[in-house]
Amino acid sequence: MGEVIDGVFFNEVIADEGLDVGTSKLTPERIEEVINKVLAGETGARLKNYVDTCVHCGLCSKACHYYVSHDGDPTYAPVAKVKQTMWEMIKKKGKVSPTFMKRASQIASTQCNTCMRCAQYCPFGIDMAYIISVVRRICHLLGITPRYIQDTAHSHAVTMNQMWVKSDEWPDTLQWQEEEAQDEIPTLRIPLEKEGADVMYSVIGPEPKFQPQLIYQAAILFESAGVNWTMPATLGWDNSDMAMYTGDNEIMGRVKRAHFETARRLRVKRVVMGECGHAFRSVYDRGNRWLGQKYPPFDIVHAIQFYYELLKSGKIKLAKKYEEPVTLHDPCNVIRGRGLHEMARYVVKEMCSDFTEMHPNREFNFCCCAGGGVINCGPPFKNTRMTGNRVKAEQIKNTGAHVVIAPCHNCHSGLEDIVKYYDLGTHIKFIGDILYEIMEKPKAA
Amino acid sequence: MHGLYNFVSGPLLWVAVILFLGGILYRLITRIIMVNKADYVVTEYFSFYYGLRSILHWIIPFANRNSRERPIMTIVTFAFHICLFVAPIFLLAHVILIDQAWGVDWWTLPESVTDIMTLIVLASCVYFAWRRLTNPEVKFVTFASDYVILAIVAAPFLTGFLAYHQWLGYKHWLILHILAGEVMLVAIPFTRLAHMIYAPFMRAYMGSELGAVRHVKDY
Repeated sequence: MGEVIDGVFFNEVIADEGLDVGTSKLTPERIEEVINKVLAGETGARLKNYVDTCVHCGLCSKACHYYVSHDGDPTYAPVAKVKQTMWEMIKKKGKVSPTFMKRASQIASTQCNTCMRCAQYCPFGIDMAYIISVVRRICHLLGITPRYIQDTAHSHAVTMNQMWVKSDEWPDTLQWQEEEAQDEIPTLRIPLEKEGADVMYSVIGPEPKFQPQLIYQAAILFESAGVNWTMPATLGWDNSDMAMYTGDNEIMGRVKRAHFETARRLRVKRVVMGECGHAFRSVYDRGNRWLGQKYPPFDIVHAIQFYYELLKSGKIKLAKKYEEPVTLHDPCNVIRGRGLHEMARYVVKEMCSDFTEMHPNREFNFCCCAGGGVINCGPPFKNTRMTGNRVKAEQIKNTGAHVVIAPCHNCHSGLEDIVKYYDLGTHIKFIGDILYEIMEKPKAA
Repeated sequence: MHGLYNFVSGPLLWVAVILFLGGILYRLITRIIMVNKADYVVTEYFSFYYGLRSILHWIIPFANRNSRERPIMTIVTFAFHICLFVAPIFLLAHVILIDQAWGVDWWTLPESVTDIMTLIVLASCVYFAWRRLTNPEVKFVTFASDYVILAIVAAPFLTGFLAYHQWLGYKHWLILHILAGEVMLVAIPFTRLAHMIYAPFMRAYMGSELGAVRHVKDY
């Protein structure tokens, strides 16, 4: 398997316009300049220590779903990905070939989900996800990012949302969902621009674009729980941030600033996010830090925590239990990223009568292989995600569950692909899908 | 021969010790400056509790997930590192030398024990080399320098063992032993052996990131 091109080994040969055209425009001088600029100007003790300390022991290998799913192919081990990218750039002081950079971009963007599981396996705690992020940053500055995710980053730059949703389409979609939901609860509103509300609800671009029913469900949930909430009608409604994953830190910062400032303008007490993992990472880890904020500037909670609070406090009551056998997929960005695993279990156990754990689970769960921007690299790399995560299919199969609950958009879409590819016959649901189905709706007509 | 012995055990030893200690200081100081320049996150998120929690879980065998998944590697690495530190410090001959030079001494281990510990270090080095040669994921990331580093670590123990047992002579083994020890000391701050210096800080940082910011275990 694999092929050597211009002296560089590619374990998968995939045509992608962003990588191919971008690489054709590279010159060795430009590569050298950019690599050294990033290494000298944007990195420091962390990267240096990670490179100087790694004793090449390979103990991180089994942490990676790509490595495990490819039956121990050494080129997929976390340390191997660093070797094929950052080590070489540092060793050669940036004097690497355009083909080398193309391969580096392929590895960083499509063969690593920056899930950080390997960081939990490294005896020194080397954060390989961080190293890969630096590689992506270099690739971004060189203009060699896979085409589909680059398009998403462009969308962020132009529209401040991920899916080219136009300014008028956004409130229009909300009003449409409001009308739909009024069939169920006639008094329901989706309050727009309500200053001083307790909660600003924020979603990711794909929700208005092609999953508006999720906004509908959320509106029913807020109404039933009697929450004083609002959604912004302006830019800044989208909490997603794919620029974070392309290494376009400037756009990442702009998008996050717009989001934070929108919440500030509405003077809400807290922001509640939909079931999205990477958006959550962008507010407590990457985006806030780029903006110089140690923590998000106000209370931002993920849907898991919000559901947990609603169920625990009795604001939402369940009319029945969900009886299908379910399992729970722990999304990296909210579990390994924020420790919401016990809250997720509380919610799932409250809702479902037949819950089986996946193994491994909680903060040691295997990644869905879609996150970290990999699914956003689009159709050319779908097979990379499928062959790269056989272990997830096995995990799901071993539970015998009919439904996988995945409280994260990327996980949700990625797992849907996986259950189809491996013919598991399992359905993927958000927590909100089930909650909507089984909760008491007091004003139901 | 006698002149050479005096040289390696005299001036050269001082050079080695100065480079070793000075190198460690240099490493620490330059890295601290670098942290303040580009990696303010390291100090911002630093948590004493989570840092210590992380260190403890990784210096106790089988207290972390990875070490439980690889019991043989865990036993070998722990045996190796413990013997690597304990044997030279509590070796009778070393303590006698220091006592003769400065009049300070401390508790020593029986020579049969340090002898076995030396063999454990050497056997571990053979295991590590074998692992590099045969394990595909390790082989893929192995460079010639990895074997050189392994040899640098094994050499003082091998020559020390031969000198103690006086196989095929004594004096030349002793000189080689001192030289090898000096090479290892100097190599620590300037090669990947620097993990001796950095490891606790790196663990503490990752412990803080995962424990304090992300609210999860890193072990």
